[in-house]
Amino acid sequence: MGGVVERIVEKIREESKEFEEVKIMHLCGTHEDTISKYNIRSLIPENVKLLAGPGCPVCIIPDEDLQKVFHLLEKEDVILTTFGDMARVPFEGKSLFHYRAKGKDVRIVYSVFDALEIAKNSDKNVVFFAIGFETTMPSTAVAAKEAPENFFIFSAHRFFIPAMEALMPNSEIDGYINPGHVSTIVGVVAYEGLTKYKTPMVISGFEPEDVLLSILMLLKAIKNGSPLLMNEYVRAVRYEGNVKAKEVMNEVFDAEDGSWRGLGIIPNSKASLSRVYENCDAEKFFEDVFEDFVPKEDKRKRNCLCGEILKGKAFPTDCKLFMKACTPRDPIGSCMVSFEGTCNIWAKYGKSL
Amino acid sequence: MCLAIPAKVLEIDYPFATVSLGGAKRKVRVDLLEDVKPGDYVLVHVGLAIQKVSEEEVREIERLWEELLRE
Ligand code: SF4
Ligand code: SF4
Repeated sequence: MGGVVERIVEKIREESKEFEEVKIMHLCGTHEDTISKYNIRSLIPENVKLLAGPGCPVCIIPDEDLQKVFHLLEKEDVILTTFGDMARVPFEGKSLFHYRAKGKDVRIVYSVFDALEIAKNSDKNVVFFAIGFETTMPSTAVAAKEAPENFFIFSAHRFFIPAMEALMPNSEIDGYINPGHVSTIVGVVAYEGLTKYKTPMVISGFEPEDVLLSILMLLKAIKNGSPLLMNEYVRAVRYEGNVKAKEVMNEVFDAEDGSWRGLGIIPNSKASLSRVYENCDAEKFFEDVFEDFVPKEDKRKRNCLCGEILKGKAFPTDCKLFMKACTPRDPIGSCMVSFEGTCNIWAKYGKSL
Repeated sequence: MCLAIPAKVLEIDYPFATVSLGGAKRKVRVDLLEDVKPGDYVLVHVGLAIQKVSEEEVREIERLWEELLRE
């Protein structure tokens, strides 16, 4: 496929000549991984800037959710299950792995169904710390429907489309690469309402050819002012998305206003368990435990630029702590922890601009 | 955590299926997809098949590439 890459790059070069500067933002950690791994920033002309948006569900979880989970672990004798990435995020230097080392029962699972199995084979209460966008929510929803009495969900899930709704007005971005896997669930249809912002969007796959082709499609659309919504990832993204998945997701979750690291409160972006599934909502079941919960500020994070990076206003190298106080081995901000975080990816592949 | 990986369906045992994920066999849920059959390709994300990947459309994208590059 090498030839294809070169040909697309050549086209991108031609198309971008007439622009002084074009800012393209992608919204998916997996896209950042492709871009850094294949050094796409160095393949394309300098006037085409590729920025990383809030596309990683680990990075955007606010400290408050994490502190709540810590609080629960300190107060209750539960088995806490979550994904590996989430277990590494520090708050005041402590992470879920730290709690595990201290003797708390923290288990890393590959999927919520593993957590469900643990609950079925245990007398203890099992809490699943659920994170992720629309890609991941359907699996949690399926599990909620089958939850035994001792299985609870602490939902830090976020709906991604409302975040785009919050990002797009008054933004300096000329074009967006929409998240591929979120789109397999929500479909092309989910973005139709966002075309009112008149900024072209393309749903893209994850191969380097996909990303480059998407950039080319965007450049043409930016020049012509249309189309505003394109789908490059046709092999997995349908117009209506995954209807069954959307149904169970809507049945199990309600949308509430939710806070995002770096972006603040976004209306209708937090997925909380609906009343019908209240019995497996950890926040409801352990209500008493959370009564005396007060969120704190982590002083170590004062100079962390994650928030700006998630908005595409800064690069990791703009952060004074990058690769000095903050490294993948000893991360300060979540963008350095998650394998899909921009700081982590830049640390792994070297400066890629 | 949030990668979705294409896998080939080997056997259906509803709501589960055994798939081949990068050479390894794995049990995943397929109940959010319409009529999956052995031989189909699906995208697997945290133990759940979230979408079918169609071979026809893989060819379609190649056509799209060709078209864009010829212009
Ligand atoms: S959830 Fe999906 S779309 Fe979002 S960052 Fe992860 S892989 Fe990308
Ligand atoms: S390098 Fe570390 S401290 Fe700086 S923005 Fe990234 S995560 Fe935050």
